Amino acid sequence: MIELAIHILLVTGLVISACMVWYMDDLISAAIAFGAFSFLLSLEFLVLQAPDVAIAEAGIGAGLTTAIFVIAIRGTDKKGGDASD
Amino acid sequence: MSMSNLVRSGANILMPFILVFGFYIVVHGHLSPGGGFQGGAVIATAIVLLMVAYSCDEVCTSLSKNILKNSETLGLLLFIGTALFALTAGLAFFGNWILDTGPLFATPVAFGINPGNLNTGGIVPVLNIAVGIEVLGAMGLLILAMLGGMKGDGDAE
Repeated sequence: MIELAIHILLVTGLVISACMVWYMDDLISAAIAFGAFSFLLSLEFLVLQAPDVAIAEAGIGAGLTTAIFVIAIRGTDKKGGDASD
Repeated sequence: MSMSNLVRSGANILMPFILVFGFYIVVHGHLSPGGGFQGGAVIATAIVLLMVAYSCDEVCTSLSKNILKNSETLGLLLFIGTALFALTAGLAFFGNWILDTGPLFATPVAFGINPGNLNTGGIVPVLNIAVGIEVLGAMGLLILAMLGGMKGDGDAE
């Protein structure tokens, strides 16, 4: 019963954080929301009794991918897509 | 270009804990979930956190591209050297030649629920450490190449 409640909570959080990635206007906020999505996904893997995949997801999804996004956002211009090219 | 003071202080506080957790995952790879790849990714996350919080000039003075390249090569050579040394001991490729030989890693892992003895497993902890060094170098090199290309002055390697 409590396991089902944790599942419902985690899946609801996954849907909410995935919608926040789409909803955010600020790109840094969207990248952080994507990191929260990966963290919740790794918790879901842990609840589904796959701790190996959970550690890999927390290390790569929540850590490295968010850092790559943050570096890319810092290195580019926000209004870069408005030009004709 | 660099982050705010809050991000820098958070990175300074968090980095040693992430490093210790990564080394824990690598060293306990033959006993518990995780292993070389996951632990190396966690250690690389600690380095990446430092690179995100500080600018490229501050990081690249103490952490050059050659160190990460050499650590990747060292990890791969340790992995394949450990596997090839089994041939000289009369075993097959990847044979467990450390088992029942010396004081280090000589006893097999206990069957069932293990008591957590680190000094077991033969070549498996050595291979885990080799993979950890390799993944740490590769992922750090990836981020460092991306960070160096940000200003457009990265040497095209």
